[in-house]
Amino acid sequence: MKPFIQEVVKSNDFKSTRLLAILRDVQAKFRFISADAIEIIAELLAIERTQIISVIEFYSFFHLRPRGQYDLLISDSITDHMMGKQSLIAQLSTQLNVAIGSVREDRLVSLDNTSCTGMCDQGPAGLINGYTLTHLTEQRINEIVTLINQQIPLSDWPANYFEVSDNIHKSNLLLTQEIYQGEALTATLNRGLTETLEEINISGLRGRGGAGFNTAMKWHFCSEEKESERYVICNADEGEPGTFKDRVILNSYANQVFEGMTVCASIIGSKQGFIYLRGEYLHLYEPLQNILDQRRKQGLLGKNISQSDLDFDIEICLGAGAYICGEESALIESLEGKRGIPRNRPPYPVTQGYLNKPTVVNNVETFLAVAHIAVNGGKQFADLGTKKSTGTKILSISGDCQMPGIFEYPFGTSIKQILNDCGAKDVLGVQVGGPSGTFISDNEFDRTLAFEDLATGGSFIIFNKDRNILDLVKNFTHFFAHESCGFCTPCRVGTSLLRKQLDKIVDGHGSSGDVVALEELCQIVKNYSHCGLGQTAANPILTTLQRYPEIYQKQLKDIGFEPGFDLDASLETARQLANRDDSNAHLTQVEE
Amino acid sequence: MSKTISIDGKEIPFQQGQTIMEAATAAGVYIPHLCHSPDYEPHGSCKLCSVKVNGRNCTACTFPAMDGQEIVNSSKELAEDRKKITQMLFIEGNHFCPSCEKTGNCQLQGVAYHLNMLDNHYPHFFADREIDSSHADILIDHNRCIFCSLCVRASKETDGKNVFSISGRGINKRLIINSDSGKLEDSDITINDCAAHICPTGAILIKRTGYTVPIGQRVYDQQQIDQVTLAKEQP
Repeated sequence: MKPFIQEVVKSNDFKSTRLLAILRDVQAKFRFISADAIEIIAELLAIERTQIISVIEFYSFFHLRPRGQYDLLISDSITDHMMGKQSLIAQLSTQLNVAIGSVREDRLVSLDNTSCTGMCDQGPAGLINGYTLTHLTEQRINEIVTLINQQIPLSDWPANYFEVSDNIHKSNLLLTQEIYQGEALTATLNRGLTETLEEINISGLRGRGGAGFNTAMKWHFCSEEKESERYVICNADEGEPGTFKDRVILNSYANQVFEGMTVCASIIGSKQGFIYLRGEYLHLYEPLQNILDQRRKQGLLGKNISQSDLDFDIEICLGAGAYICGEESALIESLEGKRGIPRNRPPYPVTQGYLNKPTVVNNVETFLAVAHIAVNGGKQFADLGTKKSTGTKILSISGDCQMPGIFEYPFGTSIKQILNDCGAKDVLGVQVGGPSGTFISDNEFDRTLAFEDLATGGSFIIFNKDRNILDLVKNFTHFFAHESCGFCTPCRVGTSLLRKQLDKIVDGHGSSGDVVALEELCQIVKNYSHCGLGQTAANPILTTLQRYPEIYQKQLKDIGFEPGFDLDASLETARQLANRDDSNAHLTQVEE
Repeated sequence: MSKTISIDGKEIPFQQGQTIMEAATAAGVYIPHLCHSPDYEPHGSCKLCSVKVNGRNCTACTFPAMDGQEIVNSSKELAEDRKKITQMLFIEGNHFCPSCEKTGNCQLQGVAYHLNMLDNHYPHFFADREIDSSHADILIDHNRCIFCSLCVRASKETDGKNVFSISGRGINKRLIINSDSGKLEDSDITINDCAAHICPTGAILIKRTGYTVPIGQRVYDQQQIDQVTLAKEQP
């Protein structure tokens, strides 16, 4: 083990900032990170063992105990549920003889749920040893079970199991652009850096991750900082359930994204960029590395880019299963080899970001837009969309429609038109912006896609009239409790309390005061949480409670009070100990 | 002219670089807090010091004071919400004040008294937490840990040792100990370490000293936490 780890740490230049990359390699090789491995890494990196343990325990894809030789994770997104994920994971569990959330005794296989893997247009989906599986069916599960039991190496599995499609159904400004490599960069250098920043300013481009901060302003602030080192980070930690457009952009438009990052580097004066790629997109890692290599060979990355005095390079860093790392300051912490805990603000990343140096963090789609603006100028972009939301937005559409996939629309497009284009019928409502966004009902379809109306990072999940709203609220609420980083009290405790309280109501144990208590709890979590995760974690409940209070009320029992736990179920241990199961050994919950 | 902020209508001077908490404490205004200590870098995690700054919720311990800020520290809403946040800390762990040797000296309990917390409000988690009594002089009862991280900071910054660290994610967050076995006895901590004495609750205790001061004569038995804190932290 020691020589392997030494080699891994050495190839990461003995840098503790590269801890995640090191742990990924060790996890992949040994299927866990043992106490001995931790000691070796700690010594080589000269960091405390506790830093390593805390990182392992923070990220879902790292383990202190061995996983199976085949480590299967099934995506737990609401869209996977809608496509029958529950019965498929049950089938896996039965046929492989392994309980969900555990490792089989012979350590051949382990099985668990995982947060949305970004394959909502081609689910039910999963990951095996980190690699994406799409279009899971009963038939395919049968085949997978056989392959596992016969211990066939993954490399010999049918390639179509791992096929990921782009599914681009509607293109506009950005997805139709074909720029030759280096074009945006040449245009930037010819026009001048200040002039190009002015074009971005004219374009009105706002960050595409969801928050919508003005891009030109962010870059301007960063360039004004009196520091010699600056960093450019592309946020490709696309974790919001229902979002997969960055996956498609990186699969088919990566050159433009890298070019957008290089334009940013030239303007703010940065020599080093990072792309933080979510761990679930491991299948994109090698193709992206190849593109970076190609760009280096073409003189578009490295020293003296395009014969100018610009030096810039990009490093790809993989995440390891933590939604919170999509939050920019948590992402920076993660890039530094730490747990993804959002920082206190101020200071903001533009003044103190990566290694406390001025840093621009932008979404994949933002850099794609920058490449376009650098070539074509800002006006063409600003002419599309609305006054406050210029340009186009790339949507990831999933759920109940005929054509799930990628759709690019000018801002200001109505929900009605989008639903029409993707072939959605009998629509009950749409979750715009993922679990952290808003649920809109069927009488709000005249509303529009825009920062000033319905903002979204890209997630757009459609539900038809056969769906139960409480199912999705439950799925989303559990998601947030699972992904809370645990830093602050209102989110750490509050999201778990929300899960308990909602389950109590949904499972039919709620009584008259319980919806009021639920709403009250929502306000605490929303108003006092440290970051966007906690501040939006109650949105699924709040936005549906506001629109469909009757659905919640209907769940309630017609009694004044009911305990938060199941009295009779709590007696089960006692019954087993006493070896009794007669009627006197049971309790009714409450006299009704 | 010196710069001022306004807290509940009272003008308070501050110096550039001060946080709201620092300015308030210096002026004798108490803002409830648990994870903050003036000796350490602000943490901002317990959220008890949440105040309204120009209408927006901010943690007073981390947010910089800026000229002209209108700050609300005392309001019915904040008092109620701070109480709920305190209740969350109670139900997350296992806190049995009457049988805890820290009772009367416990800041969590002191804050709860101050906020007039009369019940736990939320359902208990009944978390399964351990007690580490391996060390000769120091005991850790994880049932009472509220993750303020003061011991982490004290061990690192004052003792220069890194004995403690916060691990886990979300509700599985936990305090871990830097030793081969993960036990306190194998760590570098000693009874003279600042980290051994800084715990605001009864999670880290010095053995054989629990009842040297009788219950009823302890810190918060005599005085409210606001007075105690200001007396201690006011520069």
